[in-house]
Amino acid sequence: MSSAAVTTASASPASNAGKSILARLGAAFVGRLVIIIPYVWLLFFFLIPFVIVFKISLSQTAIAIPPYTPALDFSGGISGFLAQLKQLSLDNYTWLTQDALYFNAYVTSVIIAAVSTVLTLLVGYPIAYGMARAPATIRPTLLMLVILPFWTSFLIRVYAWIGILKPEGLLNQLLLATGVIHQPLIILNTYTAIFIGIVYSYLPFMVLPLYSALEKMDYSLIEAAKDLGCPPTSAFWKITFPLSLPGVIAGCLLVFIPAVGEFVIPDLLGGSQTLMIGKTLWNEFFANRDWPVSSAVAVILLLLLIVPIMLFQRAQARAQEMDR
Amino acid sequence: MNATWSRFNITSIVLGFAFLYLPIVLLIVFSFNESKLVTVWGGFSTKWYVSLFHNQGLMDATWVTARVGLISATVATVLGTLAALTLTRYTRFKGRVLFSGMVFAPLVMPEVITGLSLLLLFVAVGLDRGFLTVTLAHITLTMCFVAVVVQSRLMTFDRSLEEAAMDLGATPVKTFFQITLPVIMPAIVSGWMLAFTLSLDDLVIASFTSGPGATTLPMKIYSQVRLGVTPEINAACTILIAVVAIGVIIASLANKRREVQRQLDEQAAQRG
Repeated sequence: MSSAAVTTASASPASNAGKSILARLGAAFVGRLVIIIPYVWLLFFFLIPFVIVFKISLSQTAIAIPPYTPALDFSGGISGFLAQLKQLSLDNYTWLTQDALYFNAYVTSVIIAAVSTVLTLLVGYPIAYGMARAPATIRPTLLMLVILPFWTSFLIRVYAWIGILKPEGLLNQLLLATGVIHQPLIILNTYTAIFIGIVYSYLPFMVLPLYSALEKMDYSLIEAAKDLGCPPTSAFWKITFPLSLPGVIAGCLLVFIPAVGEFVIPDLLGGSQTLMIGKTLWNEFFANRDWPVSSAVAVILLLLLIVPIMLFQRAQARAQEMDR
Repeated sequence: MNATWSRFNITSIVLGFAFLYLPIVLLIVFSFNESKLVTVWGGFSTKWYVSLFHNQGLMDATWVTARVGLISATVATVLGTLAALTLTRYTRFKGRVLFSGMVFAPLVMPEVITGLSLLLLFVAVGLDRGFLTVTLAHITLTMCFVAVVVQSRLMTFDRSLEEAAMDLGATPVKTFFQITLPVIMPAIVSGWMLAFTLSLDDLVIASFTSGPGATTLPMKIYSQVRLGVTPEINAACTILIAVVAIGVIIASLANKRREVQRQLDEQAAQRG
């Protein structure tokens, strides 16, 4: 794990023949650097922080700077370190199980994320399908149009919905003016607003993998099914959908995983009544300044997501193999 | 092909794009609203843009965000490109699974976790929170996105070009800079742009890792949004959208021109 030694640099024997030993040594050294630099960076800024989060989740809250004890301190040598280890406890985790707030927040987050993922799939599939069947000349433009909102700020896109959804907002104005409703709908600060926000913000993440799966599909299969008398709906479920499954899985994971820990959307659209774990963690950290408990919340959240994250990794690796 | 592009397909695309773009369009329209109310149209006005430029806090935050974005995107592009090379070229080395895990996991990791863990790292090593810590955090997050973008280009890269260069006596380093780098350059440029916009956009990680004096624009916008929706924020958002849109359009035009040039070159080569 710690050493990133290159065992094989993939170069064909034919091209190796002409090279001098010096050049080969140089190549090996550069090759090693190519691996080591990003490797060390990610170890230090991605993996080690998680170890620290885990460690602090076992610490006690303290009124100090930093606000937890024992702080990570190696000045006491081995014995001092061992003494610190003895002070670690599972108190924060016990605390999480005792207060129903946290359990509810976890469950609600998973349910909200799951429902929004299904909704995003339902909205995104027809769009991706339409794009894949579009004339080849306009496909790049359509693709660009799906990607473009992704480049604009997430915060701004969520903010834009406040003006639309609030009681005196644009949606209610429209519906009242057209006589569809007579009382303004209360949408902002409810779970409905969170669903709308997640579907809207994560739609490109769903459409892109679906599109790339559907675009590769061979449509003569559908025509063959039709010629053999298969009705369009059953042709869809028997051919199109199974073939697009890699895209469906990748899209759902890309929406579900970040949505579980989402903070901006529940905070801005969900109001104070809605409960999601990302918001709970944020409040625990910024409002209560309880670093150990927020670390424990983060550890549990990570454990909750480890299976979907590994599935995502597997899907990525498989897609990579297929592209080779 | 047009026959199979049914009315259903067209409708779903039109509705889908309306859903994607209408909120942004409305936001832009109401930034030109004379009235202080964001949802009631009171006539055309650009006064919110004028007041924006007199808002010192917002201008300072913009400056901080621009610097963080430029520095972090540039470093992240270098690191991300190296990571992409590692992922595609070195298929077998110790710890490869861990490495690819560390590249892909940040893409989906909830931001609150990444933000908290990076903050605790900075506290543990005794780094004062501020400009540097936000930049380091953004490099870590965005390098993974760069890696994915560049990697997908490297996948389709014709390695025989490199082999030809090396057979003709070019060293691997020279081959990389003369052959590989120019070919994957469009992907590197779009990786840089993605990194820059992600950094420009980030609220959660910046809130955790930033300190006094390094308030970024999203943090500023967020704190004002919590107080209520105002046309001034709409104006700030519109400018941000315009900057990004212009950047993306320029990049795609440049890309298209390069593509056309490449096709012309190929045709010329075939004729010759």
